[in-house]
Amino acid sequence: MAKLKLNLISGRTIQQGVAMEGGKEKDAYTKACGIIEMDPSDLKKLGIWKGTNVRVTSEWGSVVVKAVEATQGPHPGLAYIPMGPWANSVVNPRTYSTGMPTFKGVPIEVEPAMNEPVLSSVQLVQKKCRGEA
Amino acid sequence: MSKSVTDVICPFCGTLCDDLEVIVSDDGKKIEDIYNACAIGAEKFMHAQAPDRIKRPRMQQPDGSYKEVSYDEAVEYTARMLYNAKKPLMYGWSSTSCEAQSVGHEIAEKVGAIVDNTATVCHGTTLIAVQDVGIPSCTLGEIKNRADRIIFWGCNPCHAHPRHQSRYSVFPRGFFTNKGHMNRKVIVVDPRVTDTAKLADYHYQIEQGRDFELLSAFRVALRNEPLPETVAGIPREKIIEGAEVMKSGRFGIIFFGMGVTQSLSKNHNIDNAIMLTKDLNEFTKFSIMAMRGHYNVTGSGQVLGWQFGYPFSVDLSRGFARYNPGETSSNDLLRRGEVDAVFVLGSDPGAHFPISSVRKIAQLPSVCVDPHITPTSEISKLHVPVAFVGVEVGGNCYRMDNVPIEARKVVDPPEGVLTDVEFLTRVNARLDQLMGGK
Repeated sequence: MAKLKLNLISGRTIQQGVAMEGGKEKDAYTKACGIIEMDPSDLKKLGIWKGTNVRVTSEWGSVVVKAVEATQGPHPGLAYIPMGPWANSVVNPRTYSTGMPTFKGVPIEVEPAMNEPVLSSVQLVQKKCRGEA
Repeated sequence: MSKSVTDVICPFCGTLCDDLEVIVSDDGKKIEDIYNACAIGAEKFMHAQAPDRIKRPRMQQPDGSYKEVSYDEAVEYTARMLYNAKKPLMYGWSSTSCEAQSVGHEIAEKVGAIVDNTATVCHGTTLIAVQDVGIPSCTLGEIKNRADRIIFWGCNPCHAHPRHQSRYSVFPRGFFTNKGHMNRKVIVVDPRVTDTAKLADYHYQIEQGRDFELLSAFRVALRNEPLPETVAGIPREKIIEGAEVMKSGRFGIIFFGMGVTQSLSKNHNIDNAIMLTKDLNEFTKFSIMAMRGHYNVTGSGQVLGWQFGYPFSVDLSRGFARYNPGETSSNDLLRRGEVDAVFVLGSDPGAHFPISSVRKIAQLPSVCVDPHITPTSEISKLHVPVAFVGVEVGGNCYRMDNVPIEARKVVDPPEGVLTDVEFLTRVNARLDQLMGGK
């Protein structure tokens, strides 16, 4: 299966903000943040349609999210996961003595994972804490 | 007959809009409609009304499920946890009032805790840079009335501070900016073509993580020194043009966000951005301001500042205040396993800390004080729901430009639900009893 190396950044989106205030246990939050925004050219390189589930892996972890077309692009080579537990499953936790984990500029690998589900925020965090995911 | 409450403060982002109008039912119990708020602010007010809202504390059971307990039991658990811990972490404080923060700090001083706020994953590096080189800043009112050069560097207010541009930075007509956005030139520096970049006059689509280089290049261009052909993916001519635009304004402002604070170089990026502001003051008037996220994260820095002298990551475990980001900051402490209990109020580290830190919280005695169900509440040993500050209880908050604004109460909290201040005061009183026997 094809794998694609990208540079990951995370941050706020208005959908993330609205869904967060509406309740992080709800489906809307998973739909808003359990995604990876990729440039159309990168989707093509990976050989997948938008809306396909993908597994994102970095040196620090791995998570399944839905690949969507970038809404604020083009940005080939760059991927965007809205801030939340999905992004934080793969970000670089090192602070380099500043207290601030490196949330932006994380080297990742993306591969199709059509049959794997995107977990809800609470399920994801609970499973990660129990070492099950 | 419904009644309208005017001049309501929005408790979501650091813009702290103060012009909301909320329509409440005649008995003052239900919010019916909200005017002037952004989508996020409106959702915050409406969610306070959700029928499935948690109204009593819940304790985690051995099988991972949650059982309802009384507030008395919650106070007892929290007080004992903090009393028994050698080095507890008290994190959050950004989505609550300054009054609650103050009671929290009193507790922290008593039990020898570490107090850290959400700046640690947000603008903590900004605060380090400000300590290094100072900050020439101003208020949002000055920007509205005077600023004609607006730079958004590594921030996306269209999504994160939705009313910032319409109230202060781009569109409003001010005293010296009477043509609104026609008077202003907007520059956006961002690796993506963000919605903010789409409305800018100049967009610099920088290579991600190369902010330090581009900031330096602008400083070089201001001095008319030679530049390489491209810097951070931006051609030399565009950099020189940008420097000319900045110089030619009467009053400029750099707003910066997570793009610079969370990318590598971190505090050094901000150092350089502040020095660029200083350089620009050779030519015209320039200011710089951090786009603070939570509505009262600035307040937490203020209260910690006047009480202990440091704005975040304050270690009180030795009986006096110490501050050393990288050592006394939440993520470093958690990852190194240096704390033995975690108390979270007004924040959600479960969703917004790297997962390696979250795992540590789940293993420790932990209390989460939050009106919502969050990933943090669902891994903590105890979840204590409280009233929403700015919706169900008033309190003092600080806007991103360090202007204090009093949040208003709009409706009553559900019956029996305590406020942050009430819960913390009861924990504080119980701690006094426990420590009296020491």
